[in-house]
Amino acid sequence: MKAVITVVGKDTVGIIAKVSQLCQNMNANISDISQKVMGDLFVMIMLVEIDKLNVKYTEFVDAMNALGDQEGLKVHTMHEDIFNAMHRV
Amino acid sequence: MINDRDILETIQMISQEHLDVRTVTMGISLHSCADEDAKRACEKMYTKICRKAENLVSVACDIEKEYGIPIINKRISVTPISYIIAAAAGDDPNFDATPYAETLQRAADTCGVNFIGGFSALVQKGMSVADNALINSIPSALTQTRNVCSSVNIASTRAGINMDAVARMGHIIRELAERTRDQDSIGCAKLVVFANATEDNPFMAGAFHGQGEGECMINVGVSGPGVVKKALEKCDGDLADVAETIKRTAFKITRMGQLVAREASSRLKVPFGIVDLSLAPTPAQGDSVAHILEEMGLETCGSCGTTAALALLNDAVKKGGVMASSQVGGLSGAFIPVSEDAGMINAVKCGALSLNKLEAMTAVCSVGLDMIAVPGDTPAEVLSALIADEAAIGVINSKTTAVRVIPAYGKNVGDVVSFGGLLGEAPIMPISGYSPAKFIRRGGRIPAPIQSLKN
Repeated sequence: MKAVITVVGKDTVGIIAKVSQLCQNMNANISDISQKVMGDLFVMIMLVEIDKLNVKYTEFVDAMNALGDQEGLKVHTMHEDIFNAMHRV
Repeated sequence: MINDRDILETIQMISQEHLDVRTVTMGISLHSCADEDAKRACEKMYTKICRKAENLVSVACDIEKEYGIPIINKRISVTPISYIIAAAAGDDPNFDATPYAETLQRAADTCGVNFIGGFSALVQKGMSVADNALINSIPSALTQTRNVCSSVNIASTRAGINMDAVARMGHIIRELAERTRDQDSIGCAKLVVFANATEDNPFMAGAFHGQGEGECMINVGVSGPGVVKKALEKCDGDLADVAETIKRTAFKITRMGQLVAREASSRLKVPFGIVDLSLAPTPAQGDSVAHILEEMGLETCGSCGTTAALALLNDAVKKGGVMASSQVGGLSGAFIPVSEDAGMINAVKCGALSLNKLEAMTAVCSVGLDMIAVPGDTPAEVLSALIADEAAIGVINSKTTAVRVIPAYGKNVGDVVSFGGLLGEAPIMPISGYSPAKFIRRGGRIPAPIQSLKN
C-alpha cells in the first residue's frame, strides 16, 4: 500500500531532505518523487510505501502535518486508495 | 499509476472546494428494546445504542485522517420511536414519550454524535394510540433535548394523504415554535413532515431506521456543491456539456463516499447500506446549490429557468452517482434548504426567490420546502395547508417531499432568524394570508392517486 504526500510552499533549502528524513525515521520507503519550483513556489508529490511503517499510519500522517506546520508548508498525506477510487472507473 | 493532475485535482477539491463526506450515519433497530415499563425500555435503548455505536465516532475520525477526507457529521438513526413506546403506552393517548427522547439525547452525548434521528411516527394512513402519543410529545421532546430529531410521515403514493395528521402537524409546529422562542424557534428546525419518507436516509433532520433495514446499517451521505460549481466554471459548452460535466463530477464525489462507506462498514463490522447522492449545501461561501444554478447562466436563483436548471442538475447528479456506487438510496437529489445555502439566502433577501418558486422547484428535486422561515403569527391551518401542498407534489409524482418550516415566534417579514452552525440563518419569507381553514378542518384522507393516465 502506498500514500501520496504533497508539499506546497515557499522554496527553501532542505525541504526534500526534511520530508525524506521523516520518511526514513518511520520506515516509509520512497518509491517516486516529482518536484518543481515555479517562481519561488515549491511543489512536490511523493509516493511512499506504508506497509512497513514502524508507527501507526495515523501517527505518520500527524508527523507529516506537524512538519508542515513547523516549516510553514502545506502538507497533505493521503492514502492512494482515494485517488484510485475517484479517478478510475 | 496515479497521475499528478488527478492528485492535485483531488487536493484542490478538498482544500478549496469543500469536498467532504457530509455524514456517516449508523442506523440501529430498537425493536428489541420495547417494554411495558417505560423506564426499562429507556435503559434498554440507551444500552443498545451505546453498544452498537461505541466506536462510530472514533472509526470515522480514523478514516478521516487516513484518507485525508473530512467527514463532517457522525450520526445515528433509530427505529421510529412510536413503535417502541407502543408497549408502554397501551391505550393511553396522553402517554408522555419525552423520556424516550431524553434517553436518545443521553445516548447521543455518550457516543459523541451530533444528531440522533428517529423520534418519528409513520401515519400516512392512520394513527395508532402510540403514534398519537408520540406526536403529542414532539413539542416537549424537542424542547427538552438538543440533538434529537423528529419526523412524521403523513402521506404516501400508496396510501394518499392523511389530512387529520396534516391538520395536527400545523398545531404541533406552532407549539414547538412557541416553546423554543428564546432561540428563534429552533425546535422547528429539528422536525420534518414527510410524504413518501425513505427508510435509509442518512441526512438529518429526517433520518430514521426503517422497518426493512435490518439490525444495524451504515449509510453515508456525500456532498460537494462547491466542486460541481468549480467544474462548471470551466465549462463553456451547451447544456448537454453542462450535464456531462456534472455527471463526471458527481461520479468522483460518489466514489469517495462509496470508499468511506465500505471502509466504515468493514471496520465497524456493520453491513453497508447505501450511499445517498445528495448535493447538500452549507452556509459557508462556495458550498451553495443556488450558486451552481447561477453558474449555469441564471442571473439569480429564483428567476424563470430555475426549475429547469435544477431538474438538469438533479438528474445529472443521479446519473453520475449511480455509476459510481453499488448501492444507492436515501434521498439522493439536490437539497434546497434556504437557511443552509448562502446563495438561497441572498436570492430570498433580494426578492428573487419566493415561496411559490421554491414549491415549484421541489417538484424536480429532493426534498421539499426545507428550512424556510415564515412570520410567527402564521395560523396553524396555513402551515397545514403548506404541508398538504407539498405532500400532494410528492404523492402524485411518486417522490419524497418534506416540509421543515419555522414560524419564527414574534418575527415578521424583514426579520431574520439565526441558528448558527450548519443550520445557518433564514430571512422571514412572506406567505399567503388567504385562509385554507375550512379545507384543513374537513380532515379525512385524500385518496391515493391513480398510477396511470399520467398527465
